[in-house]
Amino acid sequence: MKVRAQIGMVLNLDKCIGCHTCSVTCKQVWTSRPGVEYAWFNNVESKPGVGYPDEWENQDKWQGGWKREPSGALRLRQGSRLGVLSKIFANPALPEIDDYYEPFTYDYEHLQQAPERGTSPSARPRSLLSGRTLEKIEKGPNWEEILGGEFERRARDANFDGLQKAIYGQFEQTFMMYLPRLCEHCLNPACVASCPSGAIYKREEDGIVLIDQDKCRGWRMCVSGCPYKKIYYNWKSGKSEKCTFCFPRIEAGLPTVCSETCVGRIRYLGVLLYDADRIAEAAAVERERDLYEAQLGIFLDPNDPAVIAAARRDGVPDAWLDAARHSPVYAMAMRWRIALPLHPEYRTLPMVWYVPPLSPIQTAVQSGMIGEVDGLPDVGALRIPLQYLANLLTAGDVDPVRRALERLLAMRAIMRHRHVGGGVDPRSAERTGLSEADFEAMYRLLGIANYEDRFVIPTTHREYAENAFELKGSCGFTFGNGCSGGETSLSLFGGNRRRTLPDEGGAV
Amino acid sequence: MAVNAFFFGIYPYIAGTVFLLGSWVRFDREQYLWRSESSQLLRCGSLRWGSNLFHVGIIGLFFGHLVGLLTPLAVFEALGLTPHDKQIIAMTTGGTLGLAILVGLILLIHRRLSEPRIRANTHWSDWVTLVWLLSTLLLGLSTIAVSARHLDGGEMLALMGWAKHVVTFRGGEAAALIAGASLVFKIHIVFGLTLFLIFPFTRLVHIWSGIGSLGYLLRPWQLVRSRRLPGT
Repeated sequence: MKVRAQIGMVLNLDKCIGCHTCSVTCKQVWTSRPGVEYAWFNNVESKPGVGYPDEWENQDKWQGGWKREPSGALRLRQGSRLGVLSKIFANPALPEIDDYYEPFTYDYEHLQQAPERGTSPSARPRSLLSGRTLEKIEKGPNWEEILGGEFERRARDANFDGLQKAIYGQFEQTFMMYLPRLCEHCLNPACVASCPSGAIYKREEDGIVLIDQDKCRGWRMCVSGCPYKKIYYNWKSGKSEKCTFCFPRIEAGLPTVCSETCVGRIRYLGVLLYDADRIAEAAAVERERDLYEAQLGIFLDPNDPAVIAAARRDGVPDAWLDAARHSPVYAMAMRWRIALPLHPEYRTLPMVWYVPPLSPIQTAVQSGMIGEVDGLPDVGALRIPLQYLANLLTAGDVDPVRRALERLLAMRAIMRHRHVGGGVDPRSAERTGLSEADFEAMYRLLGIANYEDRFVIPTTHREYAENAFELKGSCGFTFGNGCSGGETSLSLFGGNRRRTLPDEGGAV
Repeated sequence: MAVNAFFFGIYPYIAGTVFLLGSWVRFDREQYLWRSESSQLLRCGSLRWGSNLFHVGIIGLFFGHLVGLLTPLAVFEALGLTPHDKQIIAMTTGGTLGLAILVGLILLIHRRLSEPRIRANTHWSDWVTLVWLLSTLLLGLSTIAVSARHLDGGEMLALMGWAKHVVTFRGGEAAALIAGASLVFKIHIVFGLTLFLIFPFTRLVHIWSGIGSLGYLLRPWQLVRSRRLPGT
């Protein structure tokens, strides 16, 4: 057993209102720079839909993630090591920027400088790539917002596999949910495995997957390797970039920007302990539907004395073990099993998990539109098809999704009974396999969702990582060469690129 | 003669020094600017044909030159190859690979010119590189016509002698050996040497990383980095 710790995330989709605050604050902090205007380290998709970039879940098209060979060995779907290298000159599975969208701004200057005319001037969109005027904006970061566009297009959503999807195009049968997405900081990341330069790595201390901007050479195999399409090629700098899990904040014990600013308080951050020796085994189980359980199988119980001893031996600080015992992520993923991984069938062992959404239900039950089973509404009759959620979260296995939804419903029933009265069938809680105390704790975490309960983040032990005395007078976070941004007006080495837009004027 | 002595006895060392020192300085100081600068994301277009033809051709041609120019004559004799045979081999393989590069390069240049997104994001050093590669290639291809006029391999032997003397640091003798070669060969060589001169200042530096990426074949799939200082 080799114990490692990771800060995992859970998103409670039941409470996501699709406000995009997470995306916007993330963009302001991390990607409001030339070359990554089109990149959203965090984005929120309306589901069903093809998502961002187009059809990212269609791995026949994009070749992301891992494939299990008949021999039982794993290899990247995009090829063997030699296969990856052979595609280095032109990557056949690389999305074009149009698969995301062409980044643009508006010609605001024209509003001020247009001569007097009969009609008022308008600010036309201009491409940030070529500087040209765009006749029409064809696409944006969230083009399918709230089921925008025709069903034919949205129906290409890969999660419709095994469903009579035509039915869900009908007005009465339609359904919708939001899916906020960010890098999964996987235990078995396909991006790391795809990088010919070895520039991408997982941090041993907190599991964050980062791209070493100095070592990245722009071979762009990671973009196609990642099945979640959460690595973005910066077309200006020629380097790939990705969600950093806000590591400078995490190191200081603060939640990521997306979590901190979530107005619905749907995000949870906490420590998970896992057995690093069994990652390969868990990722290579034969049946895709067993992957969810296999990943649960390598998470370790932070209350188990044997685990604690092994963790200490492997250098996990005591503060982290303590945090692991209070981890909301552990409680939701392991203890109550209400949080599920996103697309475990990609075999990357993702570490950002989701509590599946209940559809609007109370009124439906009261008006007799949904039947009850043992005093609980029948989850099979919910508006969002179980199979759809299962395709999204458990490689198609409906049972874990059903269990999670039933537990959420039971929690609601018990709390409703306590606060507004009305009968609750005692069998309902019993049937879900959790105790009343569990539901009480679950209610505190999901319903009340206090800040300190949502975010249990131990600080990094910087004294292990750096000699503070040597940091005196050093630069903060920069690209390039120390305090230099790398690009100067006289750079011999390919800096000073032509701007595609009028100069912003003055130093920033 | 002074011009000949400079370009074939001294210039190779200037170009070589700038190539090695420039690469080193850039690698040491400007890692963030060390990249292949792929434009595939902006528009793939003819990149798949263009880039593959170009890269495969040029890697082949690079090693072709290396082997052809620097292999000791004794090896060819042991293989039973006369200078005539060797020249025919050089002309056919070089010609074939050269044509592949030519097609690839034209596709790439056309793509870069015709796609506004890519053109807007092309640095002047990229144009210098492309034009220089194309010129060197066209000169190289036109040497085939010159070679075809005398298939005895004599001129080829002189060029091989020059290359061997250059890499063994006998610049003066090297320049003398090549003095009688055709002008096309000479200009081709000067252009080729100049590629090494501009190498550290262009995206050509990614060639070093391309060689480095062969390490990928041997490394484990996953990489984990620890932030721990030794001894903590």
